[in-house]
Amino acid sequence: MPGITREEVSHLARLARLELKDEELEHFAGQLDDIIGAVARVSEVADQDVPPTSHPLPLTNVMRADEVRPSLTPEQALSGAPAQEQQRFKVPQILGEE
Amino acid sequence: MTVTDLVSYEDALASYDPVMGLEVHVELGTKTKMFCGCATTLGADANAQTCPTCLGLPGSLPVVNAIGVESAIKIGLALNCSIAEWCRFARKNYFYPDMPKNFQTSQYDEPIAFDGYLDVQLEDGEVFRVQIERAHMEEDTGKSTHVGGATGRIHGASHSLLDYNRAGIPLIEIVTKPIEGAGERAPEVAKAYVAELRELIKALGVSEARMEMGQMRCDVNLSLRPNGTETFGTRSETKNVNSLRSVERAARFEIQRHAAVLSSGGTIVQETRHFHEEDGSTTAGRIKDNAEDYRYFPEPDLVPVAPARAWVEELRAALPELPRVRRNRLREEWGVTAHDMQSILNAGAVDLIVATIDAGAGSAAARKWWMGELARRANEDGVELSALAITPAQVARVAALVDEGSLNDKLARQTIEGVLAGEGDPDTVVEKRGLKVVSDEGALGAAVDEAIAGNAAIADKIRGGKVAAAGALVGAVMKATRGQADAARVRELILEKLGVEG
Repeated sequence: MPGITREEVSHLARLARLELKDEELEHFAGQLDDIIGAVARVSEVADQDVPPTSHPLPLTNVMRADEVRPSLTPEQALSGAPAQEQQRFKVPQILGEE
Repeated sequence: MTVTDLVSYEDALASYDPVMGLEVHVELGTKTKMFCGCATTLGADANAQTCPTCLGLPGSLPVVNAIGVESAIKIGLALNCSIAEWCRFARKNYFYPDMPKNFQTSQYDEPIAFDGYLDVQLEDGEVFRVQIERAHMEEDTGKSTHVGGATGRIHGASHSLLDYNRAGIPLIEIVTKPIEGAGERAPEVAKAYVAELRELIKALGVSEARMEMGQMRCDVNLSLRPNGTETFGTRSETKNVNSLRSVERAARFEIQRHAAVLSSGGTIVQETRHFHEEDGSTTAGRIKDNAEDYRYFPEPDLVPVAPARAWVEELRAALPELPRVRRNRLREEWGVTAHDMQSILNAGAVDLIVATIDAGAGSAAARKWWMGELARRANEDGVELSALAITPAQVARVAALVDEGSLNDKLARQTIEGVLAGEGDPDTVVEKRGLKVVSDEGALGAAVDEAIAGNAAIADKIRGGKVAAAGALVGAVMKATRGQADAARVRELILEKLGVEG
């Protein structure tokens, strides 16, 4: 039975930039463990002859011609940005002082 | 900043054996981005080439650019790779504002091309085979401007500004297998590999691969192991080394730095390093600890790519002659040394010379003009040869005018100068500037008579047998005709008139 540890949840939370309290880590570790356990049952019925599926549709090679389509205007592109400057998306400090 | 300790290159190689891995990113020259129809035009207004897909807005769906896939296959084939029968895209998850989606669409364990090689020729003609691990498709990131810190650096910046025009432009990442056995020539091999790859990419027509424009970027991974041992040492990854010269310098610097650390009993930290063009050094960047976890998974919004074998074979059959093979063929046709051919290649003159020959010039004349006068002008103006305002056909015309005796060397140079100055075609320039060689024997004869009359003492010397003194009279005639006479003919006339045998 696969499981997920509290440490793994903490690692995932950090990767996802989520700040979780100790009791939340405990809580989600339990919940995620249940979910992973449920999904893992699929591999019990899938035998060697069933390859892992990443796409439900039996499609390949869906491509488009290299033809330019209209873009958004810069105003439209920036319309949802919380902050902007010089027609660019303004984001908070990435690295602190070193 | 601390000064990095180095040992001499020779001492480093006396004890250690370098192993390299080169990762090259090529921006494809497609009209549109990899997964959406936004234009890829350089120099557009900030954020004028974005759409919901490349901005990662909810509900948008990517669709692969067919030319992007085709270009990847062409590159793979030219690198002697196997082409995947079936492969997928994957999401590389990370939080960084250069990708608004919070992931980069890339390929993970199913690259479109794998297991190939590229033969590169070093300057002395030795051929070194570089094994290729894989070439895979992915997309470029947006461009960040860091504000508020010193000289635009990310450290100490108060905030950053993002332009996503570049986000989503197709990239092909080409990764070598560990390059072993190059020894002291490792930096040279690294440079020659990137140079050959650039020529190959250009020959395939999939990208202009201009490194100074960021269309081709190289990461140099390097480690040392004690001579005679097999196990690889810990590597450093020098990022974004963006000129051929820098690739060589970065490899050389890292060999000297690693050797200094190792020989003093230290250990190399696995880290990324930044290369500095000013002095050819590298400095520490991010330490690669276990925090790097991209949680790759198959991209659910893109269906697999399964290139039909017939299509792959069609592309293989249409591959151009490989640059190295072509260069060797031309070298033989032109009868030049490997060293001269390398100079021609370094000057970016191969295609220009070929085009000039195709336009009717002899190969010696075509080489002479492009590698002489024109190379000098390009160098003075700080531009590529191909950027000069003269076409191969115009150079061929100048060569033809010289061949038929209408222009001498000096006049030909003036003609070229006129063409470069925008005065028109060679014939127009010759006409407007009055550059034709004076071939009117009457006019020339008069000029010769005048020179003899004006330099009686010299004329006497020549009559007395000092034929070498004729040079002074030739000079006088050339001056009088403003250089527009055929010097050899002038000399003949002088000797004739003075009754001396040449």
